[in-house]
Amino acid sequence: MLAPAIYLSAALFAIGTLGVIVRRNAIIIFLCIELQLNAVNLAFVALSRHVGIEGQIYVFFVMTVAAAEAAVGLAIIISIFRHYETVNVDKFNVLKW
Amino acid sequence: MTDALFVLFAVVSVGGAVGVVTGRSPVASLLFMVATLASLAGIYVLLEAHFLAAIQVLVYAGAIMVLFLFVIMLLNLGHDYRADLRFGSWSLLSVVVVGLTASVLVQGITGSEADAFGGHLADPAAAAAIDLAVAEKGAVGAIADPLFTDYVVAFEVIGLLLLVAIVAAVVLAKPRGRSEDA
Repeated sequence: MLAPAIYLSAALFAIGTLGVIVRRNAIIIFLCIELQLNAVNLAFVALSRHVGIEGQIYVFFVMTVAAAEAAVGLAIIISIFRHYETVNVDKFNVLKW
Repeated sequence: MTDALFVLFAVVSVGGAVGVVTGRSPVASLLFMVATLASLAGIYVLLEAHFLAAIQVLVYAGAIMVLFLFVIMLLNLGHDYRADLRFGSWSLLSVVVVGLTASVLVQGITGSEADAFGGHLADPAAAAAIDLAVAEKGAVGAIADPLFTDYVVAFEVIGLLLLVAIVAAVVLAKPRGRSEDA
């Protein structure tokens, strides 16, 4: 079961990367980052059958950090929306040269 | 039976992931994401990680996705159907690079089917040890025992991180006071 799970994980990570690159909506970009985190979680769980229970414990920590990141990131999106009235990342260009 | 279920969950999760990227409305993308997360929970069950499957459904598909949906509804973005895909040569190139890197990593990990990692890291007794721990202590106990002994420092730090995240979210999302408006 290791090989198909790792292949699935790689496919999900590549799709998540594609989403982060091609979408302009900040919330969708954020969803795609969660997709990448989940792809890595899947690899951890699959490898835990070959290395030990530590893989599952790391997944537990990754999920906690993902929850914290979602809370802070969505708060930042709300804060930016209040200022620009949009979530299109092309409009947030103050820090670009 | 297990293989058929794995193929079913894998197809649903990849299809949901494609739906997240191509969905026209943020709400549609979010619902595709819930399908992906739920089928990943099914795959965790097939990989004998029952506690993580429950946490995946409760925390990810439940709490985090509701948080996203709440923000979409709060900002009233559900009617935003304009296509916002931006395909350029650079984006396609980066996806090709990520895909190639991922496939090289996959080849490295699963290259020799007999012993993963080329025999460096793989512990042949690992799966049996996990099954034994689950049989002795239950699905929760098998994770909780190392979590509260070997990883207790990391566990406390992650609790502190959650507290900091809650305070940060409140400070960031709260409307500015009148004195700071100018």
